[in-house]
Amino acid sequence: MLTKRIIPCLDVKDGRTVKGINFEGLRDAGDPVALGALYAKQGADELVFLDISATNEGRGTFAELVIEIAAECTIPFTVGGGINSVKDVDRLLKAGADKVSINSSAVKNPDLINELAKEFGSQCIVLAIDAQHANGDWMVYTHGGKKSTDKELYSWAREGEQRGAGEILFTSMNHDGTKNGFAIAALNELGKQVTIPIIASGGAGTMSHFVDVFKEGGADAALAASVFHFGEIAIPDLKSYLRDNDIAIRN
Amino acid sequence: MKIAIIKYNAGNTQSVAFALDRIGISYTITDNPEEIKASEKVIFPGVGEASTAMKYLENKNLDQLIPQLKQPVLGICLGMQLMCQSSEENDTKCLNLFDQTVKRFDATQISKVPHTGWNNLTKSKGWLGSEFDNTFVYFVHSYYVPVNPHTVAQTDYIVPFSAAMKKDNFFAVQFHPEKSAEIGEKILKQFLKN
Repeated sequence: MLTKRIIPCLDVKDGRTVKGINFEGLRDAGDPVALGALYAKQGADELVFLDISATNEGRGTFAELVIEIAAECTIPFTVGGGINSVKDVDRLLKAGADKVSINSSAVKNPDLINELAKEFGSQCIVLAIDAQHANGDWMVYTHGGKKSTDKELYSWAREGEQRGAGEILFTSMNHDGTKNGFAIAALNELGKQVTIPIIASGGAGTMSHFVDVFKEGGADAALAASVFHFGEIAIPDLKSYLRDNDIAIRN
Repeated sequence: MKIAIIKYNAGNTQSVAFALDRIGISYTITDNPEEIKASEKVIFPGVGEASTAMKYLENKNLDQLIPQLKQPVLGICLGMQLMCQSSEENDTKCLNLFDQTVKRFDATQISKVPHTGWNNLTKSKGWLGSEFDNTFVYFVHSYYVPVNPHTVAQTDYIVPFSAAMKKDNFFAVQFHPEKSAEIGEKILKQFLKN
């Protein structure tokens, strides 16, 4: 049986993980390679590394880092942040990344999704969508949630699927950082609108939130950052908790 | 041991190379026919789209070379699919080492396509052995090879399909051993024993 995936997300700036992390047995918590390897060992099903560098130098450092991550990482990982072209993706996949996520660049140039799917296959193209619920509509934002667009979540997700995206990574800006649970209703609706897997992001605070996101939200995978980085939820505990709640989880 | 990883446009070439590094096996990534023929074992990786991948192989005459190989050859993911007769993915004629047609999964509301994530092996036998029964490996694919007489392990997703196959010196896996943590490393080692 296909299992639900738990995906820690690591924000990387100029080659270093940025969120405050305190792990026993990890000499350098700012080292994305070591942290990724630790999560893999703990039973994470996939990893996401998001480059939030603001400079070209930072982005260059990230590309080099992907090679180091790939050398160490025994599970699949996705890289995102600042990907604009077939050439960018070619470089990252050749470095050893398994998937890439695109967000702002796809909104600006939707044909990019088609080009990437044709060249590399849909299975490695993740369409990341940041959306905010206001006045009854879920509207898409770009540039890390700073810039509004005229796109609506569900129609953009459907368009992304038609253009060849292999997965949707949906972050609810209303829920992100609240630790009050995932955007269950929106995830449920999204699951009716597309037939590609959905990764839920934004709002993880407790282990029961993960049960809800799979059982009620119908998500295929759940992504979280701070609850893992700050040690509030340990991945082995989370996985046994989910198993106890009858959710298919890799052992 | 001399291992050749076939060099073409496969997206997972580097991941396969790193996985071999981790288990301490040396290799060369090459499209040189003499070097491939002279190696003890060959790994045929694959991530991408079938017709594009076949064009790359044809341009380098690798479509002629691969069927002639006599040593153990392991096709991974798209590599396994390209070893079949043809693929429904853009109606692509493939290498015809396994007399099978690669089919597309029909997505349902519950079962999304691509089949993405960790799923378990069943009815594992032959070169894999029963020790891999019910172990979890990582899949990401929209097309599958039906269960057939060459199947040595199955996985169930929408339909039961071939997770691993073998015919003569040709070995194949639909999942990604290079990305399947410790189990994947064991499976790579299992192939290298042949």
